[in-house]
Amino acid sequence: MALQSLDILRRSATTTPSPQQRQMTEVAKLIDVTKCIGCKACQSACQEWNDVREEVGINEGSYQNPHDLTANSWTVMRFAETEENGPLEWLIRKDGCMHCADPGCLKACPSPGAIVQYSNGIVDFHEEHCIGCGYCIAGCPFDIPRLSKKDGKVYKCTLCSDRVAVGLEPACIKACPTQALVFGSKEDMIQHANERIVDLKERGFEDAGLYDPPGVGGTHVMYVLHHADKPQIYNDLPKDPAISAMVSVWKGVMKPLATAAMFFTALAGFFHYVTVGPNETDDDEEEHHA
Amino acid sequence: MSATPQPTLLLQRYNAGERLNHWITAITFLMLTFSGLALFHPSMFWFSQFFGGGTWTRILHPFIGVVMFISFSLLALKFWHHNLLSKNDVQWLKQIGDVVQNREDRLPEVDRYNAGQKLLFWTMIATIPTLLVTGVIIWRPWFAHFFPIEVVRIAVLLHAVSAFVMISGIIVHIYAALWIKGTIGAMVRGTVSRAWAAKHHPGWYRRAIRGEDH
Repeated sequence: MALQSLDILRRSATTTPSPQQRQMTEVAKLIDVTKCIGCKACQSACQEWNDVREEVGINEGSYQNPHDLTANSWTVMRFAETEENGPLEWLIRKDGCMHCADPGCLKACPSPGAIVQYSNGIVDFHEEHCIGCGYCIAGCPFDIPRLSKKDGKVYKCTLCSDRVAVGLEPACIKACPTQALVFGSKEDMIQHANERIVDLKERGFEDAGLYDPPGVGGTHVMYVLHHADKPQIYNDLPKDPAISAMVSVWKGVMKPLATAAMFFTALAGFFHYVTVGPNETDDDEEEHHA
Repeated sequence: MSATPQPTLLLQRYNAGERLNHWITAITFLMLTFSGLALFHPSMFWFSQFFGGGTWTRILHPFIGVVMFISFSLLALKFWHHNLLSKNDVQWLKQIGDVVQNREDRLPEVDRYNAGQKLLFWTMIATIPTLLVTGVIIWRPWFAHFFPIEVVRIAVLLHAVSAFVMISGIIVHIYAALWIKGTIGAMVRGTVSRAWAAKHHPGWYRRAIRGEDH
């Protein structure tokens, strides 16, 4: 969705500044897990607005359907049952792209402009530039991008960048019947979350908290969790997500250093040739050496 | 060469099969280097144009890699025994200053390959199989999804590091061929002059003129 060409904070595989003359307000989607009833209206709204459809799958013994994110299902309600905190709890988490402030997908992507980060915080894939290498999958700390079997491109939640660009809220927000999903400026969403957390603590959820992990610079999709000290019980939501050290070295320090080293190795050869000079053989010398 | 010394000035160093094998490896190496670097640093993404764009670069690179691995394996099987390091090689490496200053007369005697060539061989032995294994692990859409993401991340870094070492080694290899005059003919026509052999590879030269080692 190449709509906001003046608002691009970062662009994959690009070493010069992107058009960022205009600074938009940072936005965020807040997912209040404590209010979610698992109705999947958000899943349906997502497919409807984005005009993608999941194939009919099979029941795997859980309400979770489809079983995982796919190139067509950009958000999935994940269902977990736990007795870790006393009585049985049914934890339902809407999974999808977290729109990291420091996106691992964008860092890893080798194709210029295939992944962009708008100044409002949305991280968007431009599939027409995607080459299908899957580096973003290795880069993502949340296991979000899905490679399509149909076209070899990766897909994920766009945070309805097209709707947000024209002042609408994302489709999932529109569909949520319990206001477990809310959308607005990141600042407002943090404030709203804090009010919710106070309320939850009063109700006995002492560890209630906001999930806005600093390891990825914060996210533009945040959770209110009743057990913020144990995010992993919500179907393996990572506790301290960060871009893997492997990816950081590979697409961080190594990228310019290795490129420079190869260039200078070749240059050293040239300078050797023009200073020391070639090693020539005089064809009459043979017997002397033999 | 026949068993008796020939009055020609040329000695055969590589036969046609060996040259073909070398150049298949070299051509696939160049294709892999350009397609790989295109995906490594954005300053070289334009190399992908040689392959029909980014997507074709991604599709072709691993298949070319398999061809290079097979081709290099044949080369390695053929030449490994010439590349075992000797005491002379250690001394040769200690005198690397004399090597780069073209003071070859001060160096210990070299046989078929000098220590630099041998080290390059072992560098390739270390990196090319690593590139194959890590390349398969990150190969989408065919194999990568069979591996845990942590393994894929290690593989992707190791692949880049190995490729960097290999490419740097080959830059030296290519430069050495340009620097030591009379070398390129060995791999193009298969022959070197007797004087070249006597100067750079005297140990091999003595056997070659007797026809003991082509």
